[in-house]
Amino acid sequence: MKTMKNVLPRALVIFLIFTLVCGLIYTAVVTGLAQLIFPYQANGSIIEIDGKKYGSELLGQQYTDDAHMWGRIMNVDVSTYTDENGKMLMYATPSNLSPASEEFEELVAERVEKLRAANPKMDETAIPVDLVTCSGSGLDPHISPAAAEYQVARIADASGRSEEEVRSIIDKCTEGKFLGIFGEETVNVLKVNLMLDGILK
Amino acid sequence: MSAVLQYVLYLAILVILAIPLGAYIKKAMCGEKTFLSKILTPCENAVYKIMRINKDEQMNWKKYALCVVFFSLFGFIFLFLLQLLQGVLPGNPQNLPGVSWHLSFNTTASFVTNTNWQAYTGESTLSYLSQALGLTVQNFVSAGTGIAVLFALIRGFTKVKTDGLGSFWVDLTRSIVHVLLPLNLVISLMLVGGGVIQNLSPAQTVSLVEPIAVSAEGEILEGAQIDLENNTVTLDGQVVADAEIVTEQFVPMGPAASQVAIKQSGTNGGGYMGVNSAHPLENPNAFTNMVEMLSILLIPVALCFTFGKAIKNKKQGRAIFIAMFLCLVLALGIIAVNEQAATPQLAQDGAVNITQVDQAGGNMEGKETRFGIATSSTWAAYTTAASNGSVNSMHDSYTPIGGMITMLLMQLGEVIFGGVGCGLYGMLAFAILTVFIAGLMVGRTPEFLGKKIEPYEMKWSVLVCLATPIAILVGSGIAAVWPTITESLNNGGAHGFSEMLYAFSSCAGNNGSAFAGFNANTVFLNVSLGLVMLFVRFIPIIGTLAIAGSLARKKRIATTAGTLSTTNGMFVFLLIFIVLLVGALSFFPALALGPLAEFFGMAV
Repeated sequence: MKTMKNVLPRALVIFLIFTLVCGLIYTAVVTGLAQLIFPYQANGSIIEIDGKKYGSELLGQQYTDDAHMWGRIMNVDVSTYTDENGKMLMYATPSNLSPASEEFEELVAERVEKLRAANPKMDETAIPVDLVTCSGSGLDPHISPAAAEYQVARIADASGRSEEEVRSIIDKCTEGKFLGIFGEETVNVLKVNLMLDGILK
Repeated sequence: MSAVLQYVLYLAILVILAIPLGAYIKKAMCGEKTFLSKILTPCENAVYKIMRINKDEQMNWKKYALCVVFFSLFGFIFLFLLQLLQGVLPGNPQNLPGVSWHLSFNTTASFVTNTNWQAYTGESTLSYLSQALGLTVQNFVSAGTGIAVLFALIRGFTKVKTDGLGSFWVDLTRSIVHVLLPLNLVISLMLVGGGVIQNLSPAQTVSLVEPIAVSAEGEILEGAQIDLENNTVTLDGQVVADAEIVTEQFVPMGPAASQVAIKQSGTNGGGYMGVNSAHPLENPNAFTNMVEMLSILLIPVALCFTFGKAIKNKKQGRAIFIAMFLCLVLALGIIAVNEQAATPQLAQDGAVNITQVDQAGGNMEGKETRFGIATSSTWAAYTTAASNGSVNSMHDSYTPIGGMITMLLMQLGEVIFGGVGCGLYGMLAFAILTVFIAGLMVGRTPEFLGKKIEPYEMKWSVLVCLATPIAILVGSGIAAVWPTITESLNNGGAHGFSEMLYAFSSCAGNNGSAFAGFNANTVFLNVSLGLVMLFVRFIPIIGTLAIAGSLARKKRIATTAGTLSTTNGMFVFLLIFIVLLVGALSFFPALALGPLAEFFGMAV
């Protein structure tokens, strides 16, 4: 009993101290410093031009127009989030499918067929894996350079630009590996499409 | 080739950073002077003053355990109520309602036990207040508790003929004030600089480049013509009545970076977002990924070196490090090879390009382009070796064997580095088991670090080692016959079984990662997995403290020519062997029904 009397109040006090320190003070300090030093990053890397928000460069969207670059396969979710007026908002989730299942095999076969039909000039080329798979977040904003190159001919035809123009836009939106070693080379699909539409310079 | 370079460097940088951190933690936890003492020691003393405690107090093991239990209990009650009541509390710009009692119980058990199993989806379930004041706090204190218990065990080895194992309050305070807080301030700022969000604004909306048409039933109309001016949707030449046009995207906001830092470095793993560190706002690029990924194993690896220094036997720390490191490299190798090879179902007889030319190639289902195969596989191995459980790719979509290895790492009891503190004290229980078995083989009294190992220590060690297998097998056994369990499965057949087995392995390893297609937010699963997490956290803690108490009372025996060495290659081999033996014997039948069955079915 004596030990309990000694332990109980101290357990409560130390818990409250660390709730204050690690929950409030720590979060407040990091938020303050972040807003001061890195305001663009800390607020979601949103591309804003003339007051209009054209998307976050870190969040993927779905593109099906032949004149746009297509991204990773998306499991679009319009039922979870709404704005303050109750209007549906777009978000996306990963598939969590086993890549060894029959269901998955059929899905990939469908995607292959659709891509072949949309990119007739690339009939001889195997389709880069990024274009037929769903990402980990469901919101992957990037595709690989191989997946971008696969679409160049289609985009050029549909948008009335030359292949060189399309390639130079892709180049501008390509980021290398970190320190040339870590991660993978990526093409930001939203930026490419905003440039194709002439919104982003 | 470039992939191999990544694997090697990720491992090398980890070890290079861990060695000095190990030395720092030893100094900080023993109250010695460090380069941060001038600022931090006054803060530490202020805590003691408010609490009115004597920092030289020596608790016996029962009092130490009582402190751990009651401290965790208060945390449990607070977090449970915080989630239930978040709807009426401030710090909730999204106006989210209170969380259901069973989900709240599950999430509370999950965070108090350092598991961070996610039956919740952060951005749609929890308010900023719940995330910061609830989850972030538990991320810190559950990691601090692990380090504290490890140091109580270390004192069991170093002290002679005494009852005292030190003070839990002091150990906890030092681990948070000197180690976790400064480390995470640095990590979180690096993350924000790299693009992780950190703000208090409500969620934003942004325009979609291509609007999406949705039918009145909520189905997405693919290939529909959308006329925004007249607000009409046409599909195959016919106007679709009552279709809604979605023109904006949801962009979650909030104080993410501060929580992501500690969820990584405290081996917690509970994501700010539902999809954890795969989410581009939680882990935007290879730089933030490197910071987050190295943080997973940084402290667990450092603690091996801390242990060596603290018991004044660096070779012992190194031997345990090597045993863990070899297992990690082996696991990483198997995952990497399988993910790069992908599956015939994905390759489609060559129609899909899975080579590494201008892309990562391999099994990209469930993986982010910016991480590819190498960075995703490394994370998968790190996060399941440590009991972290955060993910940057979806383990549910791994190849059968790749996924099995992540599961096996958890089933081994989270001792391949494992959680902060708890991984090492778990491994030391295996070491005790090893010297006992080795001692039997040559007919000597088993001893470890100069202390005789007797039936009392053996009983507790066996319980510590077997807590995880018992919880996994009993839990998943009951779940397998539970009538509604099939409704939770996302995949069919053997993979569906794997999803359920993974859930129990993850909770019983206090890991928290998931085959995330599995819908765990049901009353049965929330309660049963919550109980599993509590069992495997607190039984080993009590067992470890009991062993520590008993060892501290013993005298030290001199090392003689007949003493079995516990620092040489033979001991490393035996230790790995025992860990694998317990794991393999316990789980081979279950793995045969899940991932192995799927693997053999894959090629056909």
